[in-house]
Amino acid sequence: MSGLLETRRLTRQFGGLRAIGDLSLSVNRGEILGVIGPNGAGKTTLFNLLTGIYPPSSGEILFEGLPIAGLRPSEIARRGVARTFQNIRLFRQLTVLENVRIAYDSQIVCSPPDALLSTPHARLREKESINASMELLELFELGSLAENRAGDLSYGAQRRLEIVRALALDPKLLLLDEPAAGMNPSEAMQLTDFLRWVHGKFSLTIVLIEHHMQMVMALSDRIEVLDFGVRIAGGKPDEVKGNPRVIEAYLGTEGELP
Amino acid sequence: MKYLAQQAINALQLGSIYALIALGYSMVYGVLTMINFAHGDVFMLGAFFCLLLIALVPVPFWLALIVVMAATALLGTLIERFAYRPLRKAPRVSAIITALGCGLVIQNTTLGISPYARPMPRLLENATYQFGGVTITMLQIVIIGVSLGLMLALDFLIRKTSFGMAMRAIASDRAMVSLLGIPANEIIAITFAIGAALGGAAGLLYGMAYPVVSASMGITVGWKAFVAAVIGGIGNMRGAVLGAFILGSVEVMTVAVLPSTYRDLISYSLLLLILVFKPYGLLGKPALHKA
Repeated sequence: MSGLLETRRLTRQFGGLRAIGDLSLSVNRGEILGVIGPNGAGKTTLFNLLTGIYPPSSGEILFEGLPIAGLRPSEIARRGVARTFQNIRLFRQLTVLENVRIAYDSQIVCSPPDALLSTPHARLREKESINASMELLELFELGSLAENRAGDLSYGAQRRLEIVRALALDPKLLLLDEPAAGMNPSEAMQLTDFLRWVHGKFSLTIVLIEHHMQMVMALSDRIEVLDFGVRIAGGKPDEVKGNPRVIEAYLGTEGELP
Repeated sequence: MKYLAQQAINALQLGSIYALIALGYSMVYGVLTMINFAHGDVFMLGAFFCLLLIALVPVPFWLALIVVMAATALLGTLIERFAYRPLRKAPRVSAIITALGCGLVIQNTTLGISPYARPMPRLLENATYQFGGVTITMLQIVIIGVSLGLMLALDFLIRKTSFGMAMRAIASDRAMVSLLGIPANEIIAITFAIGAALGGAAGLLYGMAYPVVSASMGITVGWKAFVAAVIGGIGNMRGAVLGAFILGSVEVMTVAVLPSTYRDLISYSLLLLILVFKPYGLLGKPALHKA
Protein backbone atom coordinates (compact mmCIF):
# COMPACT_ATOMS: atom_id res chain seq x y z
CA MET A 1 0.00 0.00 0.00
CA SER A 2 1.36 3.39 -0.95
CA GLY A 3 -1.05 5.36 1.27
CA LEU A 4 0.74 7.52 3.82
CA LEU A 5 -2.38 9.00 5.32
CA GLU A 6 -5.91 7.83 5.23
CA THR A 7 -9.12 9.07 6.79
CA ARG A 8 -12.13 6.81 7.15
CA ARG A 9 -15.58 8.35 7.55
CA LEU A 10 -14.01 11.17 9.48
CA THR A 11 -16.61 13.38 11.16
CA ARG A 12 -16.37 16.42 13.37
CA GLN A 13 -19.37 18.15 14.89
CA PHE A 14 -19.30 21.50 16.64
CA GLY A 15 -22.59 21.56 18.49
CA GLY A 16 -25.16 21.29 15.72
CA LEU A 17 -22.69 22.17 13.00
CA ARG A 18 -21.09 19.37 11.07
CA ALA A 19 -17.75 20.82 10.02
CA ILE A 20 -16.51 17.58 8.48
CA GLY A 21 -18.86 14.76 7.57
CA ASP A 22 -18.01 11.18 6.64
CA LEU A 23 -14.85 12.19 4.92
CA SER A 24 -12.77 9.37 3.50
CA LEU A 25 -9.61 10.34 1.70
CA SER A 26 -6.17 8.99 1.23
CA VAL A 27 -2.86 10.64 0.56
CA ASN A 28 -0.26 8.67 -1.34
CA ARG A 29 3.38 8.74 -0.41
CA GLY A 30 5.25 11.40 -2.30
CA GLU A 31 2.31 13.18 -3.87
CA ILE A 32 1.04 16.71 -3.55
CA LEU A 33 -2.64 16.69 -2.76
CA GLY A 34 -4.56 19.93 -3.16
CA VAL A 35 -7.59 20.51 -0.96
CA ILE A 36 -9.91 23.21 -2.21
CA GLY A 37 -13.37 24.42 -1.41
CA PRO A 38 -15.20 27.63 -0.60
CA ASN A 39 -14.72 29.40 2.73
CA GLY A 40 -16.19 27.37 5.57
CA ALA A 41 -15.88 24.12 3.65
CA GLY A 42 -14.01 22.53 6.56
CA LYS A 43 -10.51 22.56 5.11
CA THR A 44 -8.78 23.99 8.17
CA THR A 45 -10.92 21.79 10.42
CA LEU A 46 -9.54 18.84 8.49
CA PHE A 47 -5.98 19.97 9.28
CA ASN A 48 -6.91 20.47 12.93
CA LEU A 49 -8.18 16.91 13.07
CA LEU A 50 -5.13 15.51 11.30
CA THR A 51 -2.76 17.26 13.70
CA GLY A 52 -4.70 16.41 16.86
CA ILE A 53 -5.76 19.94 17.78
CA TYR A 54 -9.11 18.35 18.45
CA PRO A 55 -10.26 14.74 18.23
CA PRO A 56 -12.77 13.61 15.62
CA SER A 57 -16.37 13.07 16.70
CA SER A 58 -16.20 9.78 14.84
CA GLY A 59 -14.18 8.06 12.17
CA GLU A 60 -10.56 7.08 11.87
CA ILE A 61 -7.27 8.64 10.83
CA LEU A 62 -4.45 6.32 9.83
CA PHE A 63 -0.91 7.55 9.41
CA GLU A 64 1.49 4.98 8.01
CA GLY A 65 -1.22 2.44 8.67
CA LEU A 66 -1.53 3.24 12.38
CA PRO A 67 -4.47 5.04 14.00
CA ILE A 68 -3.57 8.53 15.22
CA ALA A 69 -6.99 9.98 16.01
CA GLY A 70 -7.07 11.01 19.67
CA LEU A 71 -3.30 11.24 20.06
CA ARG A 72 -1.88 14.47 21.46
CA PRO A 73 -0.62 17.01 18.91
CA SER A 74 2.96 16.56 20.12
CA GLU A 75 2.78 12.81 19.55
CA ILE A 76 1.37 13.22 16.05
CA ALA A 77 4.07 15.79 15.27
CA ARG A 78 6.76 13.37 16.39
CA ARG A 79 5.43 10.72 14.07
CA GLY A 80 6.17 13.07 11.21
CA VAL A 81 3.24 15.40 10.58
CA ALA A 82 4.20 19.06 10.33
CA ARG A 83 2.03 22.02 9.57
CA THR A 84 2.01 25.71 8.71
CA PHE A 85 -0.79 28.16 9.26
CA GLN A 86 -2.76 30.59 7.17
CA ASN A 87 -1.99 33.32 9.68
CA ILE A 88 1.71 32.91 10.36
CA ARG A 89 2.33 31.49 13.82
CA LEU A 90 6.00 32.05 14.50
CA PHE A 91 7.28 32.66 18.00
CA ARG A 92 7.73 36.34 17.25
CA GLN A 93 9.87 37.27 20.24
CA LEU A 94 12.28 34.38 19.75
CA THR A 95 15.13 34.59 17.28
CA VAL A 96 14.94 33.05 13.83
CA LEU A 97 17.43 30.39 14.88
CA GLU A 98 15.50 29.59 18.06
CA ASN A 99 12.30 29.13 16.10
CA VAL A 100 13.99 26.43 14.06
CA ARG A 101 15.88 24.90 16.97
CA ILE A 102 12.72 24.37 18.98
CA ALA A 103 11.36 22.12 16.28
CA TYR A 104 14.68 20.38 15.81
CA ASP A 105 15.23 19.89 19.55
CA SER A 106 11.82 18.33 20.04
CA GLN A 107 13.35 15.14 18.66
CA ILE A 108 16.19 15.12 21.16
CA VAL A 109 14.83 16.55 24.37
CA CYS A 110 17.57 17.23 26.84
CA SER A 111 16.52 17.33 30.49
CA PRO A 112 17.02 20.60 32.41
CA PRO A 113 19.52 19.07 34.88
CA ASP A 114 21.50 17.75 31.93
CA ALA A 115 21.46 21.14 30.25
CA LEU A 116 22.17 23.03 33.44
CA LEU A 117 25.22 20.99 34.27
CA SER A 118 26.36 21.43 30.69
CA THR A 119 27.19 17.75 30.43
CA PRO A 120 29.20 16.74 27.36
CA HIS A 121 26.04 15.07 26.12
CA ALA A 122 24.10 18.31 26.42
CA ARG A 123 26.84 20.35 24.76
CA LEU A 124 27.07 17.92 21.88
CA ARG A 125 23.33 18.07 21.41
CA GLU A 126 23.39 21.83 21.44
CA LYS A 127 26.08 21.99 18.81
CA GLU A 128 24.26 19.47 16.68
CA SER A 129 21.03 21.40 16.96
CA ILE A 130 22.64 24.73 16.08
CA ASN A 131 24.52 23.28 13.12
CA ALA A 132 21.54 21.44 11.69
CA SER A 133 19.25 24.45 12.15
CA MET A 134 21.77 26.82 10.59
CA GLU A 135 22.20 24.50 7.65
CA LEU A 136 18.47 24.55 7.03
CA LEU A 137 18.34 28.33 7.37
CA GLU A 138 21.23 28.77 4.93
CA LEU A 139 19.47 26.54 2.46
CA PHE A 140 16.48 28.88 2.58
CA GLU A 141 18.61 32.02 2.49
CA LEU A 142 17.70 32.96 6.03
CA GLY A 143 21.13 32.26 7.52
CA SER A 144 22.15 35.89 7.78
CA LEU A 145 18.97 36.65 9.73
CA ALA A 146 19.48 33.87 12.28
CA GLU A 147 19.93 36.19 15.26
CA ASN A 148 17.05 38.53 14.38
CA ARG A 149 13.75 38.33 16.18
CA ALA A 150 11.33 36.34 14.05
CA GLY A 151 8.72 39.06 14.45
CA ASP A 152 11.03 41.59 12.79
CA LEU A 153 11.29 39.66 9.51
CA SER A 154 9.52 40.71 6.34
CA TYR A 155 6.28 38.96 5.50
CA GLY A 156 7.84 36.80 2.83
CA ALA A 157 10.73 35.80 5.06
CA GLN A 158 8.31 34.89 7.86
CA ARG A 159 6.42 32.64 5.45
CA ARG A 160 9.66 30.94 4.48
CA LEU A 161 10.75 30.63 8.11
CA GLU A 162 7.50 28.95 9.02
CA ILE A 163 8.18 26.35 6.37
CA VAL A 164 11.78 25.92 7.55
CA ARG A 165 10.55 25.39 11.09
CA ALA A 166 8.11 22.74 9.91
CA LEU A 167 10.91 21.04 7.97
CA ALA A 168 13.12 21.01 11.06
CA LEU A 169 10.73 18.40 12.45
CA ASP A 170 11.93 16.14 9.64
CA PRO A 171 8.33 15.42 8.67
CA LYS A 172 7.01 12.78 6.32
CA LEU A 173 3.84 14.74 5.73
CA LEU A 174 3.67 18.51 5.42
CA LEU A 175 0.31 20.24 5.73
CA LEU A 176 0.30 23.73 4.23
CA ASP A 177 -2.66 25.95 5.06
CA GLU A 178 -2.92 28.71 2.44
CA PRO A 179 0.78 29.41 2.06
CA ALA A 180 0.03 32.00 -0.63
CA ALA A 181 -2.38 34.00 1.55
CA GLY A 182 -1.68 37.70 1.10
CA MET A 183 0.56 37.23 -1.93
CA ASN A 184 0.09 38.78 -5.35
CA PRO A 185 -0.01 36.50 -8.43
CA SER A 186 3.68 36.81 -9.23
CA GLU A 187 4.71 36.09 -5.63
CA ALA A 188 2.37 33.13 -5.65
CA MET A 189 4.02 31.77 -8.78
CA GLN A 190 7.43 32.13 -7.13
CA LEU A 191 6.06 30.25 -4.13
CA THR A 192 4.85 27.54 -6.48
CA ASP A 193 8.37 26.96 -7.79
CA PHE A 194 9.71 27.13 -4.27
CA LEU A 195 7.28 24.52 -2.96
CA ARG A 196 7.98 22.23 -5.87
CA TRP A 197 11.67 22.45 -5.02
CA VAL A 198 11.02 21.80 -1.30
CA HIS A 199 8.84 18.82 -2.16
CA GLY A 200 11.61 17.20 -4.18
CA LYS A 201 14.52 18.19 -1.97
CA PHE A 202 13.01 16.79 1.22
CA SER A 203 11.12 13.90 -0.43
CA LEU A 204 7.90 15.05 1.16
CA THR A 205 4.28 14.27 0.88
CA ILE A 206 2.31 17.51 0.91
CA VAL A 207 -1.31 18.37 1.49
CA LEU A 208 -2.02 21.89 0.36
CA ILE A 209 -5.01 24.04 1.19
CA GLU A 210 -5.08 27.01 -1.14
CA HIS A 211 -7.48 29.48 -2.69
CA HIS A 212 -4.98 30.52 -5.28
CA MET A 213 -6.31 28.33 -8.09
CA GLN A 214 -3.42 28.69 -10.52
CA MET A 215 -1.05 27.56 -7.82
CA VAL A 216 -3.12 24.55 -6.75
CA MET A 217 -3.60 23.46 -10.36
CA ALA A 218 0.11 23.81 -11.07
CA LEU A 219 1.34 21.99 -7.98
CA SER A 220 -1.14 19.27 -7.20
CA ASP A 221 -0.98 15.70 -8.44
CA ARG A 222 -4.56 15.28 -7.30
CA ILE A 223 -7.19 17.59 -5.90
CA GLU A 224 -9.98 16.93 -3.42
CA VAL A 225 -12.87 19.36 -3.27
CA LEU A 226 -14.81 19.96 -0.07
CA ASP A 227 -18.03 21.86 0.45
CA PHE A 228 -19.84 22.08 3.79
CA GLY A 229 -17.50 19.45 5.20
CA VAL A 230 -18.32 16.89 2.54
CA ARG A 231 -16.20 15.69 -0.35
CA ILE A 232 -17.97 16.75 -3.53
CA ALA A 233 -15.32 15.90 -6.12
CA GLY A 234 -11.79 14.69 -6.56
CA GLY A 235 -9.28 13.74 -9.20
CA LYS A 236 -6.60 15.14 -11.45
CA PRO A 237 -6.51 18.95 -11.67
CA ASP A 238 -7.99 18.97 -15.16
CA GLU A 239 -10.87 16.71 -14.20
CA VAL A 240 -11.70 18.81 -11.17
CA LYS A 241 -11.50 22.04 -13.13
CA GLY A 242 -14.29 21.01 -15.45
CA ASN A 243 -16.49 19.34 -12.84
CA PRO A 244 -19.86 21.13 -12.76
CA ARG A 245 -20.35 20.46 -9.03
CA VAL A 246 -17.09 22.19 -8.26
CA ILE A 247 -17.95 25.17 -10.39
CA GLU A 248 -21.33 25.38 -8.73
CA ALA A 249 -19.85 25.21 -5.23
CA TYR A 250 -17.50 28.03 -6.04
CA LEU A 251 -19.71 30.30 -8.07
CA GLY A 252 -23.19 29.22 -7.15
CA THR A 253 -24.09 29.04 -10.85
CA GLU A 254 -22.60 27.84 -14.09
CA GLY A 255 -19.32 29.49 -14.89
CA GLU A 256 -15.61 29.11 -15.42
CA LEU A 257 -13.10 28.63 -12.65
CA PRO A 258 -10.61 31.47 -12.42
CA MET B 1 28.97 56.09 54.01
CA LYS B 2 29.67 53.00 56.11
CA TYR B 3 26.09 53.14 57.25
CA LEU B 4 24.91 53.26 53.67
CA ALA B 5 27.07 50.29 52.68
CA GLN B 6 25.72 48.35 55.64
CA GLN B 7 22.17 49.11 54.58
CA ALA B 8 22.99 48.16 51.01
CA ILE B 9 24.04 44.70 52.18
CA ASN B 10 20.79 44.36 54.11
CA ALA B 11 18.87 45.43 51.03
CA LEU B 12 20.76 42.94 48.90
CA GLN B 13 19.90 40.17 51.33
CA LEU B 14 16.19 40.98 51.44
CA GLY B 15 16.09 41.67 47.70
CA SER B 16 17.66 38.29 46.85
CA ILE B 17 15.03 36.45 48.81
CA TYR B 18 12.21 38.46 47.23
CA ALA B 19 13.79 37.80 43.85
CA LEU B 20 13.81 34.02 44.29
CA ILE B 21 10.11 34.06 45.14
CA ALA B 22 9.20 36.65 42.51
CA LEU B 23 10.77 34.46 39.81
CA GLY B 24 8.29 31.70 40.62
CA TYR B 25 5.32 34.03 40.16
CA SER B 26 6.78 35.38 36.96
CA MET B 27 7.68 32.00 35.42
CA VAL B 28 4.21 30.60 35.94
CA TYR B 29 2.62 33.76 34.66
CA GLY B 30 4.93 33.56 31.68
CA VAL B 31 3.72 30.15 30.55
CA LEU B 32 0.09 30.21 31.68
CA THR B 33 -0.76 33.93 32.13
CA MET B 34 -2.01 32.93 35.52
CA ILE B 35 -1.07 34.15 38.99
CA ASN B 36 -0.12 31.22 41.16
CA PHE B 37 -1.51 32.54 44.42
CA ALA B 38 -0.39 29.41 46.25
CA HIS B 39 3.25 30.26 45.54
CA GLY B 40 3.71 32.27 48.75
CA ASP B 41 2.61 29.24 50.71
CA VAL B 42 5.05 27.01 48.87
CA PHE B 43 7.70 29.50 50.00
CA MET B 44 6.44 29.16 53.58
CA LEU B 45 6.52 25.37 53.34
CA GLY B 46 10.14 25.59 52.24
CA ALA B 47 10.96 26.88 55.72
CA PHE B 48 8.78 24.25 57.40
CA PHE B 49 10.24 21.41 55.37
CA CYS B 50 13.63 22.53 56.60
CA LEU B 51 12.45 22.53 60.23
CA LEU B 52 11.02 19.06 59.77
CA LEU B 53 14.13 17.75 58.09
CA ILE B 54 16.46 19.08 60.78
CA ALA B 55 14.19 17.65 63.49
CA LEU B 56 14.48 14.23 61.85
CA VAL B 57 18.13 14.24 60.84
CA PRO B 58 20.64 16.97 61.58
CA VAL B 59 21.94 17.69 58.09
CA PRO B 60 24.32 20.41 56.94
CA PHE B 61 23.01 23.51 55.22
CA TRP B 62 23.78 22.42 51.65
CA LEU B 63 22.00 19.14 52.00
CA ALA B 64 19.01 20.84 53.63
CA LEU B 65 18.85 23.25 50.71
CA ILE B 66 18.83 20.45 48.16
CA VAL B 67 16.23 18.39 50.00
CA VAL B 68 13.97 21.40 50.54
CA MET B 69 14.20 22.40 46.89
CA ALA B 70 13.41 18.86 45.75
CA ALA B 71 10.45 18.63 48.12
CA THR B 72 8.95 21.96 47.08
CA ALA B 73 9.55 21.15 43.40
CA LEU B 74 7.51 18.01 43.86
CA LEU B 75 4.82 19.98 45.67
CA GLY B 76 4.74 22.53 42.84
CA THR B 77 4.18 19.87 40.19
CA LEU B 78 1.46 18.24 42.29
CA ILE B 79 -0.37 21.54 42.64
CA GLU B 80 -0.12 22.13 38.91
CA ARG B 81 -1.21 18.63 37.98
CA PHE B 82 -4.15 18.23 40.32
CA ALA B 83 -5.37 21.75 41.04
CA TYR B 84 -4.53 23.88 38.01
CA ARG B 85 -4.35 21.63 34.96
CA PRO B 86 -7.96 20.41 35.19
CA LEU B 87 -9.02 24.06 35.14
CA ARG B 88 -6.80 25.16 32.25
CA LYS B 89 -9.80 25.76 30.01
CA ALA B 90 -12.10 26.98 32.78
CA PRO B 91 -12.97 30.68 33.16
CA ARG B 92 -10.11 32.75 34.51
CA VAL B 93 -11.96 33.52 37.75
CA SER B 94 -12.22 29.81 38.58
CA ALA B 95 -8.48 29.40 38.14
CA ILE B 96 -7.80 32.39 40.41
CA ILE B 97 -10.12 31.03 43.10
CA THR B 98 -8.50 27.59 42.84
CA ALA B 99 -5.08 29.13 43.30
CA LEU B 100 -6.22 31.16 46.30
CA GLY B 101 -7.94 28.06 47.69
CA CYS B 102 -4.82 25.99 47.24
CA GLY B 103 -2.83 28.57 49.15
CA LEU B 104 -5.35 28.63 51.98
CA VAL B 105 -5.41 24.83 52.20
CA ILE B 106 -1.63 24.70 52.49
CA GLN B 107 -1.56 27.53 54.97
CA ASN B 108 -4.28 26.15 57.21
CA THR B 109 -2.90 22.63 57.09
CA THR B 110 0.38 24.05 58.32
CA LEU B 111 -1.44 26.08 60.93
CA GLY B 112 -3.23 22.94 62.10
CA ILE B 113 0.03 21.08 62.51
CA SER B 114 2.01 23.98 63.89
CA PRO B 115 -0.30 26.65 65.39
CA TYR B 116 2.57 28.73 66.76
CA ALA B 117 5.56 30.33 65.16
CA ARG B 118 8.71 28.29 65.59
CA PRO B 119 12.32 29.29 65.86
CA MET B 120 14.60 28.20 63.04
CA PRO B 121 17.67 26.41 64.38
CA ARG B 122 21.04 27.70 63.29
CA LEU B 123 22.35 25.97 60.20
CA LEU B 124 25.52 27.97 59.68
CA GLU B 125 28.19 29.02 62.12
CA ASN B 126 27.93 32.56 63.30
CA ALA B 127 30.95 34.06 61.57
CA THR B 128 31.20 37.73 60.71
CA TYR B 129 33.65 39.51 58.46
CA GLN B 130 34.77 43.12 58.44
CA PHE B 131 35.41 45.01 55.24
CA GLY B 132 36.58 48.53 55.97
CA GLY B 133 34.24 48.86 58.92
CA VAL B 134 31.31 47.22 57.19
CA THR B 135 30.16 44.03 58.82
CA ILE B 136 28.94 41.14 56.75
CA THR B 137 27.87 37.85 58.25
CA MET B 138 28.48 34.40 56.89
CA LEU B 139 24.70 34.08 56.67
CA GLN B 140 24.42 37.13 54.45
CA ILE B 141 27.16 35.90 52.17
CA VAL B 142 25.45 32.53 51.83
CA ILE B 143 22.01 34.02 51.24
CA ILE B 144 23.21 36.45 48.61
CA GLY B 145 25.57 33.92 47.03
CA VAL B 146 23.04 31.10 46.83
CA SER B 147 20.35 33.41 45.48
CA LEU B 148 22.59 34.90 42.81
CA GLY B 149 23.81 31.43 41.87
CA LEU B 150 20.27 30.15 41.44
CA MET B 151 19.27 33.22 39.45
CA LEU B 152 22.22 32.86 37.09
CA ALA B 153 21.43 29.18 36.62
CA LEU B 154 17.83 30.02 35.81
CA ASP B 155 18.87 32.74 33.39
CA PHE B 156 21.13 30.27 31.62
CA LEU B 157 18.40 27.66 31.52
CA ILE B 158 15.86 30.05 30.04
CA ARG B 159 18.14 31.74 27.53
CA LYS B 160 20.38 28.96 26.34
CA THR B 161 18.71 25.58 26.58
CA SER B 162 16.01 23.88 24.56
CA PHE B 163 13.87 23.72 27.68
CA GLY B 164 14.16 27.49 27.98
CA MET B 165 13.30 28.02 24.34
CA ALA B 166 10.23 25.85 24.71
CA MET B 167 9.23 27.73 27.85
CA ARG B 168 9.50 31.09 26.11
CA ALA B 169 7.66 29.75 23.09
CA ILE B 170 4.81 28.46 25.25
CA ALA B 171 4.38 31.95 26.60
CA SER B 172 3.47 33.15 23.13
CA ASP B 173 1.70 30.17 21.52
CA ARG B 174 1.18 26.99 23.50
CA ALA B 175 -0.72 25.09 20.78
CA MET B 176 2.04 25.76 18.26
CA VAL B 177 4.63 24.32 20.65
CA SER B 178 2.66 21.07 20.78
CA LEU B 179 2.45 20.99 17.00
CA LEU B 180 6.24 21.04 16.92
CA GLY B 181 6.37 17.79 18.84
CA ILE B 182 7.00 19.23 22.29
CA PRO B 183 4.73 18.00 25.08
CA ALA B 184 3.71 21.42 26.37
CA ASN B 185 2.26 19.98 29.56
CA GLU B 186 5.64 18.58 30.55
CA ILE B 187 7.31 21.93 30.00
CA ILE B 188 4.61 23.60 32.10
CA ALA B 189 5.04 21.01 34.87
CA ILE B 190 8.82 21.54 34.89
CA THR B 191 8.26 25.30 35.00
CA PHE B 192 6.14 24.89 38.11
CA ALA B 193 8.75 22.58 39.64
CA ILE B 194 11.55 25.06 39.08
CA GLY B 195 9.49 28.00 40.33
CA ALA B 196 8.48 26.09 43.45
CA ALA B 197 12.05 24.92 44.09
CA LEU B 198 13.25 28.55 43.99
CA GLY B 199 10.40 29.50 46.32
CA GLY B 200 11.35 26.68 48.68
CA ALA B 201 14.98 27.78 48.66
CA ALA B 202 13.79 31.31 49.49
CA GLY B 203 11.74 29.94 52.39
CA LEU B 204 14.74 28.20 53.82
CA LEU B 205 16.97 31.27 53.42
CA TYR B 206 14.33 33.59 54.83
CA GLY B 207 13.90 31.30 57.83
CA MET B 208 17.63 31.48 58.46
CA ALA B 209 17.78 35.25 58.11
CA TYR B 210 14.72 36.11 60.18
CA PRO B 211 14.62 32.97 62.27
CA VAL B 212 10.94 32.82 63.16
CA VAL B 213 8.93 30.48 60.97
CA SER B 214 5.16 30.76 60.91
CA ALA B 215 2.29 29.63 58.72
CA SER B 216 1.41 33.21 57.84
CA MET B 217 4.76 34.12 56.31
CA GLY B 218 3.52 33.02 52.91
CA ILE B 219 1.17 35.97 52.94
CA THR B 220 3.37 38.62 54.44
CA VAL B 221 6.48 37.79 52.42
CA GLY B 222 4.93 36.01 49.44
CA TRP B 223 2.71 38.92 48.55
CA LYS B 224 5.64 41.30 48.65
CA ALA B 225 7.46 39.13 46.17
CA PHE B 226 4.37 39.14 44.01
CA VAL B 227 4.42 42.92 44.14
CA ALA B 228 8.07 42.82 43.10
CA ALA B 229 7.23 40.61 40.13
CA VAL B 230 4.51 43.03 39.04
CA ILE B 231 6.75 46.07 39.46
CA GLY B 232 9.37 44.43 37.26
CA GLY B 233 6.84 43.36 34.65
CA ILE B 234 5.28 40.00 35.40
CA GLY B 235 6.31 37.29 32.96
CA ASN B 236 9.75 38.86 32.57
CA MET B 237 12.41 37.08 34.65
CA ARG B 238 14.95 39.87 34.74
CA GLY B 239 12.11 42.23 35.59
CA ALA B 240 11.18 40.07 38.58
CA VAL B 241 14.74 40.28 39.89
CA LEU B 242 14.93 44.02 39.28
CA GLY B 243 11.57 44.57 41.01
CA ALA B 244 12.70 42.47 43.97
CA PHE B 245 15.91 44.43 44.49
CA ILE B 246 14.04 47.74 44.18
CA LEU B 247 11.47 46.58 46.71
CA GLY B 248 14.14 45.23 49.06
CA SER B 249 16.05 48.51 48.93
CA VAL B 250 12.95 50.64 49.46
CA GLU B 251 11.97 48.58 52.48
CA VAL B 252 15.40 48.70 54.06
CA MET B 253 15.73 52.44 53.44
CA THR B 254 12.25 53.11 54.79
CA VAL B 255 12.97 51.29 58.00
CA ALA B 256 16.28 53.13 58.30
CA VAL B 257 14.61 56.54 58.39
CA LEU B 258 11.01 55.92 59.43
CA PRO B 259 9.28 53.71 62.01
CA SER B 260 9.02 50.16 60.63
CA THR B 261 5.23 50.36 60.59
CA TYR B 262 5.56 52.57 57.49
CA ARG B 263 7.36 49.89 55.55
CA ASP B 264 4.40 48.28 53.82
CA LEU B 265 2.66 51.59 53.25
CA ILE B 266 5.67 52.84 51.35
CA SER B 267 6.27 49.68 49.36
CA TYR B 268 2.68 49.29 48.24
CA SER B 269 2.47 52.99 47.40
CA LEU B 270 5.54 52.49 45.24
CA LEU B 271 3.76 49.66 43.44
CA LEU B 272 0.80 51.90 42.69
CA LEU B 273 3.02 54.72 41.54
CA ILE B 274 5.08 52.56 39.20
CA LEU B 275 2.03 50.95 37.69
CA VAL B 276 0.43 54.34 37.00
CA PHE B 277 3.39 55.26 34.81
CA LYS B 278 4.39 51.78 33.62
CA PRO B 279 1.21 49.70 33.55
CA TYR B 280 3.11 46.62 32.35
CA GLY B 281 5.85 47.03 34.95
CA LEU B 282 9.39 48.26 34.41
CA LEU B 283 10.50 45.63 31.87
CA GLY B 284 7.13 44.22 30.87
CA LYS B 285 5.67 44.56 27.41
CA PRO B 286 2.10 44.28 26.31
CA ALA B 287 1.40 40.88 24.77
CA LEU B 288 1.37 41.15 20.99
CA HIS B 289 -0.02 37.80 20.06
CA LYS B 290 -2.00 35.31 22.05
CA ALA B 291 -3.45 32.25 20.44
